[in-house]
Amino acid sequence: MGKIGIIGVGQTPFVRGYPGSIRELAFDGFKDAMGDAQISAKDIDASIICSAPEYDKQRSPAGVFAEYLGLTPQPTFYLESLCSSSSMGVRTAYALVKSGLHDVVVVIGFQKMSEISSAESQERMGRGADIQWESPFGTMMPAYYAMYARGHMEKYGTTPDDLALIRVKAATYGQINEKAVYRKPVNFEMFSDPDNAMSGPVASPLRVGDCCANADGSSCVIVASEEKAKSFSKKPVWILGLGSASTAVNMAGRDLFSGLTVAQQAGEQAYKMAGISAKDVDVAEVHDCFTIAELMAYENLGFAKPGEGKELIKGKETYKEGSIPVNVDGGLLSKGHPIGATGGSQIRTIVLQLRGEAGDMQVKDPEIGLVHNIGGVGLYGNVTVLGR
Amino acid sequence: MGKKIREVDDRFKKFGTVSFTSITKINDFVDYLEKGQVVGTKCKDCGLSFFPARADCYQCLSSNMEWFEVSGTGKLITYSKLEYAPVGFGDDLPYAIALLDYGDYKVFGRLAPDLSEDEISVGMEMTTVVNQLPNGQMNYVFQKA
Repeated sequence: MGKIGIIGVGQTPFVRGYPGSIRELAFDGFKDAMGDAQISAKDIDASIICSAPEYDKQRSPAGVFAEYLGLTPQPTFYLESLCSSSSMGVRTAYALVKSGLHDVVVVIGFQKMSEISSAESQERMGRGADIQWESPFGTMMPAYYAMYARGHMEKYGTTPDDLALIRVKAATYGQINEKAVYRKPVNFEMFSDPDNAMSGPVASPLRVGDCCANADGSSCVIVASEEKAKSFSKKPVWILGLGSASTAVNMAGRDLFSGLTVAQQAGEQAYKMAGISAKDVDVAEVHDCFTIAELMAYENLGFAKPGEGKELIKGKETYKEGSIPVNVDGGLLSKGHPIGATGGSQIRTIVLQLRGEAGDMQVKDPEIGLVHNIGGVGLYGNVTVLGR
Repeated sequence: MGKKIREVDDRFKKFGTVSFTSITKINDFVDYLEKGQVVGTKCKDCGLSFFPARADCYQCLSSNMEWFEVSGTGKLITYSKLEYAPVGFGDDLPYAIALLDYGDYKVFGRLAPDLSEDEISVGMEMTTVVNQLPNGQMNYVFQKA
């Protein structure tokens, strides 16, 4: 079997309050990718529809979307792994194409978070953890990641100011990404100004500025066999490595509170499969649902040694001009985090980078890119290595 | 003949401010809470201890379990104080979720509400105690040892 390529990527702008239904939201991301790939629906052999459940009322969205997008009678199914759903979708598409079962598979990730209130959304997210033993205590995602932030701070002396630098970087690029939900600048001083919303407490030690923005959006990645990729696309991007791991859902079942084991394991698998190491990565998208998550990603992926992630951001090494540019599209923090759409959007960013089509966000001549996409509180980890 | 009423053992719905599970094979956990005990389970076949309690052992696939009480002290691994809460938990604010390390197992729960933030430090020894919630529900919280 040959290589597996990505021949088209697309996404909607990430917005608050998308003025349409979920099938229409999916259509917009799909149309963007189809325009990119320059193919028609009859060229697609199967579709995988990805989101985190319970944000909207539709049960089994796959059939509804396939009909709306003109992808019937081809097979379609729904796949979820919370915030890493669409990366898991691309992993699954890879397997379907690699096996020879299909030649072209489309992966659509979506989430319309604005159908419910922010507090309801926190309750849904909290129930992505252990509903029998943890959710009854009133858990939510910021508080779980805050427990990791405190763990990291206690072990390595990381400070809230170090985390604020990551938010400042995200906003630097969110301002120039027309798809981002949060386009405003964020400066370091906002975090020490009690009158500024960024400094408001959410779940200690995390503040408002440490948390990503909820958004509505969809993303689309079109995966193809080597033969089809070469015939359809002038610039296919190849999937070089895939890694995926899981861990105990309950915090009580874990041993590490200063990093995510799923990211370490998925990263190692993806590097091994691609035959590369961390130093070979030219540009990365990591799952910065909270600032601490990006800092841990630096260390879990081997961009920095454990405890030294803060030196990367202090030295601006993860800016566009740095030694390892990370989230130069604004990341989840500024671009936004429509859960099921996020992995596909991260992959889109890296594909555009590798094709040299990232506009103002373009990193100089990258050959290898990496996507780190986490589901739940480090419950599911997916790492994807892409190359030209 | 009248219609038979099926008795449902839904004791677990008493656990937590809001319970999302009412029927489980380890419903006795709630009876222990009512007696003032926080308990986990231990596999009688392979000896593996579990907290939170489980009806089934993943190591040897046995369902032959016995209860043990969470006793002594555990070390505070990490915690977070919440200023916002999910739907259903707003009346509890502010509260802190936390994790204790007992060596053989860990316990996830809340810090006791009367602890002030300057009394809390990672690494401190704490005990796990049953807590009656204002809405008639029960959970457990961590107190200074």
